[in-house]
Amino acid sequence: MLRFLTRRVLGAIIILLLISIVTYFLFFVLPADPARLACGKNCSNPDLVAAIHHRMGLDLPIYQQWWDYIKGIFVGRTMPDGQNCGAPCFGFSFANDTAIWPLLKDRYPTTFSLAVGGSAAFLIIGVGLGMLSAWQQGKTFDRFASSISLIGNSVQIYFIGPLAIALFADNLGWFDHGHDPTWTSDPIGSLNGLVLPCLVMSVIFWSNYSRQTRSLMVEQLSEDHIRTARAKGMGSKYVFYRYALRGAAASIITIFGIDLGSVFGGAIITEYTFGLHGLGNLAVNAVGQRDLPLEMAVMLFSASAIVIFNIVVDAAYAIIDPRIRLA
Amino acid sequence: MTSPSQAAADADSLTLEPEGIPGTPGGKGTPDLAGRTPRQLAWLRFKRDKTGIVCAVIVGCFILIAVAAPLIVKLYGQNAYDFYGQDDGLLNSYGLPIAPNGGISGTHWFGIEPNLGRDVFALLMYGIRTSLGIAAVVTVISVGTGVLFGLTQGYIGGKVDYFMGRFSDFMLSFPSQLFFIAFSPVAISLFVGIGDQEPWWVRPLVLIGVQFLLGWMSIGRLVRAQVLSLREREFVEAARISGASSWRIIRKELLPNLWSTILVQATLMLPVFVTAEAGLSYLGVGIVAPTPDWGLMFQTGATYYSSDITFMFFPGIAMVIFVVAFNLLGDSVRDALDPKTLR
Repeated sequence: MLRFLTRRVLGAIIILLLISIVTYFLFFVLPADPARLACGKNCSNPDLVAAIHHRMGLDLPIYQQWWDYIKGIFVGRTMPDGQNCGAPCFGFSFANDTAIWPLLKDRYPTTFSLAVGGSAAFLIIGVGLGMLSAWQQGKTFDRFASSISLIGNSVQIYFIGPLAIALFADNLGWFDHGHDPTWTSDPIGSLNGLVLPCLVMSVIFWSNYSRQTRSLMVEQLSEDHIRTARAKGMGSKYVFYRYALRGAAASIITIFGIDLGSVFGGAIITEYTFGLHGLGNLAVNAVGQRDLPLEMAVMLFSASAIVIFNIVVDAAYAIIDPRIRLA
Repeated sequence: MTSPSQAAADADSLTLEPEGIPGTPGGKGTPDLAGRTPRQLAWLRFKRDKTGIVCAVIVGCFILIAVAAPLIVKLYGQNAYDFYGQDDGLLNSYGLPIAPNGGISGTHWFGIEPNLGRDVFALLMYGIRTSLGIAAVVTVISVGTGVLFGLTQGYIGGKVDYFMGRFSDFMLSFPSQLFFIAFSPVAISLFVGIGDQEPWWVRPLVLIGVQFLLGWMSIGRLVRAQVLSLREREFVEAARISGASSWRIIRKELLPNLWSTILVQATLMLPVFVTAEAGLSYLGVGIVAPTPDWGLMFQTGATYYSSDITFMFFPGIAMVIFVVAFNLLGDSVRDALDPKTLR
């Protein structure tokens, strides 16, 4: 297990370094001049442009800039203009010249809660529906579930989100409108505010999981060891949960690991639809202001989060399926 | 065998087939043993699949809308750029349609847009055209690149395969949605200087570019896996021994066996790109007004959902129908081309 984890963590570090190099290149080298994006309409003044260049460290060689950036994240740095930037330093935003890390720290709990809540919702609904379908294979419920999945697979958050708010929050009043969670001061209210966004977000995912779970379970149930267990006289429910589900769980977790990136993407659109202030909303607003350092920081931060969660998912996978650990 | 719509369009030529008599179940028992190409067999199987046919017709309609939007809108009598609501006094002082149900009437079939007061039907036709056009281009170049990449990877193998594989793994590890959002302003700044007027083609080009950049890997991997297994098959060996060049083996031996994968993947990828494009425009980083776009309609709908919910339904339902039809068509095409794989 330890060897497995070490290998995965090393791989993750390499991937993250590569991502940081590529994004740094894309964001600070590829555009004609990032300083011109920063100064906006005052660019006619060459002194100002030069000042921005110096302040952003753009007069240094590229590898030096990148290295300063990466070092800043871990040990903090002093910006070329003398501004001090504490330990996780992602630089300063173009738009209002504030440090980026406090912004990220302020925003990520929303995205994180949404991603975790949404994942929990679609895993429970999707896997549950898939299991029931496999149990009721070929019966009415199975057909009903598969047609529901087909529809669920075809709707978009930006379509059902506003409809759900209008119906469930405005008209029926079943759920809260969705607001940013404040876990420390108001945990119950935070939970209430997240129910509808998480449910809406889960819709686009669970159809896939219910279909996959169904076919995996059906496949598992036809395996020899299941037949043997049944022939030994084990209860069909016991075999279903203890043997078939465990066999299917490993594959479901793999699919979940692959989906993590899209979960994050779904969270962005959900945030935007429900007016939540998460990382996605931050990134979308930063686009409007062409705030490259902020974009870069959100990108790197989210990529790291996804990579870390991927390792967690892999570890869970290794716990469930012993074959992986030994490989 | 390039696109499902073409397959549908080929209907007339193919019904001349002697064995193409519909409604004869158990056609295997017919005494006349005519030789058929795999393509004809697939077409026969596809024709028996009612869902597939219906979906092909629906998809055909969407493609027709995309291609002939100007003509349709011209026949319909309104256009997508006039502010009917403001000019004809159909909007109240809050910018909402006065008539019930979003202002649906004989002249404006789907009602009028809140705020600007454009005609929803015309807007939707042109919006589908924009979104579908962008998605189609992304699909074509992604599939092309992916197939080329996967073929090279699988055919050459060894170190090349390893490094190309790591490269596509790396591309897959990017958080794609965020990358689209974050990178599009950078991409736009490559084409447009600060303060310059943006030419109309910049936004579509950027959307195509960023989606393509992270869109080709999945099909590349599938093609690679297939090529790896095909490469070891006897017919490829035979071709190699008889002195065929690599190019010939790829073109004549490998590609014909890959068509079904490529076609099925392309049909499944297109709706994903359509919804992704709409999502970006919805978030305000894709197509910008006044260009009619599917995603922009959702943006307007999301702004006015509490006061004019009717507006949301037209783009929404259209997109649901589109995605359902495309997904089912993809399944049918797969069943027709490769009857061994079970769903």
